[in-house]
Amino acid sequence: MTEHTGKQRSGPHPGGSPRSAKYSSGMLENAVEVRDVVVKYGEVTAVDGVSLSVPRGSILALLGNNGAGKTSLLQVCEGFRGPDGGSARVLGLDPIADHDDLMPRLGIMLQSGGVYPWATAGEILQLFASYAANPLDVDMLLDRLGLRKFAKTRFRRLSGGEQQRLSLAVALVGRPELVFLDEPTAGMDVGARQTTWELVDSLRADGVSVLLTTHLLDEAESLADQVVIMDNGTVAATGTPAELTAAAGIDLLQVRAEPGLAIAPLAAQLDAKVTEEGPGEYAIAGTLDTESLAEVLAWFARAGAQVTAVNTRRRTLEDVYLALTAGATR
Amino acid sequence: MTTTSLAPAVSTLTIGVRRGGIELLQFMRDKTSLIFTFFFPAMLLLLFGAIFTDSYDLPGLSAAQVFTSSMIAYGVISTSFITMGVGIATDREDGTLKRLRGTPVTATAYFLGKLILVAALTAGEVVVLLAVGVLVFDMPLPSEAGRWVTFAWLFVLSVTSCGLLGIAASALVRNSRTAGAVLNVPVVALQFLSGVFIHPITQLPDWMITFASVFPVKWMAQGFRSVFLPDAATTFEAGGAWEHGRIALVLGAWCVVGLVLCLTTFRWTSRRD
Repeated sequence: MTEHTGKQRSGPHPGGSPRSAKYSSGMLENAVEVRDVVVKYGEVTAVDGVSLSVPRGSILALLGNNGAGKTSLLQVCEGFRGPDGGSARVLGLDPIADHDDLMPRLGIMLQSGGVYPWATAGEILQLFASYAANPLDVDMLLDRLGLRKFAKTRFRRLSGGEQQRLSLAVALVGRPELVFLDEPTAGMDVGARQTTWELVDSLRADGVSVLLTTHLLDEAESLADQVVIMDNGTVAATGTPAELTAAAGIDLLQVRAEPGLAIAPLAAQLDAKVTEEGPGEYAIAGTLDTESLAEVLAWFARAGAQVTAVNTRRRTLEDVYLALTAGATR
Repeated sequence: MTTTSLAPAVSTLTIGVRRGGIELLQFMRDKTSLIFTFFFPAMLLLLFGAIFTDSYDLPGLSAAQVFTSSMIAYGVISTSFITMGVGIATDREDGTLKRLRGTPVTATAYFLGKLILVAALTAGEVVVLLAVGVLVFDMPLPSEAGRWVTFAWLFVLSVTSCGLLGIAASALVRNSRTAGAVLNVPVVALQFLSGVFIHPITQLPDWMITFASVFPVKWMAQGFRSVFLPDAATTFEAGGAWEHGRIALVLGAWCVVGLVLCLTTFRWTSRRD
């Protein structure tokens, strides 16, 4: 399997603006270009003006709670429904008007449904391969997803995770240029999830573009070049996983020194929460930058304390996500 | 894995034929639907044939033979109209159609696959019913080539019109679990009105015959009787003749109506989506 080499390739992407200026050829336009898309179900607005783009050969993760509008947005890109506002271009085409031209170039993994319960895994994959002009080798794909031993098992006898892996194989078998994965690892055990991540990661090395939805933060963090956090139908934040966490800064500093120091003045000085969690184990929690780190250490020095260990914890994507989707900073 | 696909796209015909294959495979493995679809008309034939044993005033014509030939019309409707309607309603509800919408499978390829399924099932159904007729009720099979030519065009027109109407009817079905029941109501009612369960049709009031004459069932049953019964049996027909021209005209018209309804009412997803 390939390494995560693509991660660093795409730099900051402020505001999701198209980077087409960098490319002269129309062939290199973004794989997905979504502008101000609105999706309504009757009175309910599921997606409320979302814009995003997936550069060719990159992986974008749509992260959000259930009901955030991820699947609805995906459905617009997949041509299952038209947007109620805004526009979507996929591989430079209109997902509805150019449906028949677009489909042979896409791989779509749905959350569930639509596979033949009485057919075997091998038969199903073979069938979907037969729709494609230049399909992947079915046995290779079964091997790669650890499904070889289920090739002769009927679909309805497969476990949820196995059905999910087959569904992924079905999406990939036609050598798509662009893949839409709707919660690809839902229902999978840890091993299957790892296999799936490796496979999705290897797609990037082959120049395949991926738009996936997930509510798993580690999935977004380990796979995606770009993360778009959706909340209530709108984009709450966009960036690389590193950008999103870097912007949030360091949120915890642990210092080991003599026990029993009077820490109240430090807390007042920093506007942070300072506690002695164990004898000599001090924790300073809050939004901390380089200056405040220096202040903390200077304070310990002034107090005449012997600092024996310093440890910082950066905010994780989870912290960022929870802060954004809860509507309040922690 | 590479991304470029330089090979030409797979043709609709090829995909349609492959879909026909998987549809048949699915159907054959689902024993419940297989048994119900295939053997229900055969069971009805055995019952009707055993109950109505009286002969007509015509040498060599038994009620069982009349039922056998008429019941083929019911068999064709059961395997084409019902299978198509229920099948598409189920595909729509369980996401099969939606998944196909995200693949190179076109609507035409999908319908082609369904028509292949329906044609194969119907051919099998006709064989089962004829086997019952020949083995149980001593119905002679016609030897003249002309009658088999009639059978051939009648079969094609019947399967096509019923299949297309089944696709159209699937749009009316809200829930695939009730699809069978909903679609069987007009089908069973028409069997009574069209001289399939009640024969001769001339026993029915005129207005009923006029009403039934609008729909394909009466003409299909009459057509299949014209293939398997002696010409003298035309005395039991409403028009006193086999009326092949009119049969072709009515069934052809229903093919057109069915096609128009399909094109205007077909939906890939259920209303909820």
